[in-house]
Amino acid sequence: MKYVVAFLRFWYDFIVGDDWRIAAGVVAALGLTAVLAHQGLAAWWLMPAAVVAILLASLRRARA
Amino acid sequence: MTRDAFLFLSAFLASGVEMVEALTIVLAVGVTRGWRSTLTGAGAAALVLAIVVAVLGPAVSALPFDVLRIVVGGLLLVFGLQWLRKAILRASGAIARHDETAAYAKEREEAERAAGERRGAMDWYAFTVAFKGVFLEGLEVAFIVITFGAAREGGVALAAAAAGAAFVVVAVAGAVARAPLARVPENTLKFAVGLLLTTFGVFWGAEGAGATWPGDDAALPAILALLTAVSLLAVRVLGRDRVRRLSVEPLEVRP
Repeated sequence: MKYVVAFLRFWYDFIVGDDWRIAAGVVAALGLTAVLAHQGLAAWWLMPAAVVAILLASLRRARA
Repeated sequence: MTRDAFLFLSAFLASGVEMVEALTIVLAVGVTRGWRSTLTGAGAAALVLAIVVAVLGPAVSALPFDVLRIVVGGLLLVFGLQWLRKAILRASGAIARHDETAAYAKEREEAERAAGERRGAMDWYAFTVAFKGVFLEGLEVAFIVITFGAAREGGVALAAAAAGAAFVVVAVAGAVARAPLARVPENTLKFAVGLLLTTFGVFWGAEGAGATWPGDDAALPAILALLTAVSLLAVRVLGRDRVRRLSVEPLEVRP
């Protein structure tokens, strides 16, 4: 069990890193883009805008 | 063409930066503890990484294309944003910059201090440190090669070629210099790699989610330009903020 936890912890740290909110924000933005696209609406603008917002929010938290 | 050029450049720079860090560890351990066990450890790690790429590459490529692009885009975004965040914080002075000379000195000091276990001709300390260093740095390279490669036909070969080219350049430079490649502008390269990974993540993630980019591939340089502008602005604002805080709190000692 200890090794399984260590293994999962390693991959969590490797991929998610210092700020889990970045990963959560990316998943939410991709989901929202998919919803807009499947409604037949223009969705290309959402990811760049969301990524800028996610990055700036993470930097703000790091600064605080 | 634009996509291929970006892909090659991103994989080359990302691999190069990670290999410079791995080289520092291998050099420090090799010079201090001897080359045989160090190079055996580095070689064993390279072998394990090649197996990881050979197994995971085809497995990831077997996913349906739209699922693949959204997964790859999402992973690149999470990964790229972490790199970019750290690069911006370093460039603004909020956290310390990575220094290969200091990292080399620290590794050498630890290698000298460690008693290490020797069995036969093998120095297990040197083997383990070299293995771990090359494996952990190389895992990021493997991750980039697999994700980049999976998102387009022939991409694994192109990304692997870029990683191979980076390996040759770093290995030759290391062999010639016989010292850590401290003159490589590592922090700037990491900044660039963070921008490129995030750009690809935005592009592929949105495509995978069903969005259509105006101008198709021509959107890539536009996304890159936007992210570069925002990142440089963030460096400026954070840097100014840090100076202001330091002048308000003159007694605070920062590392």
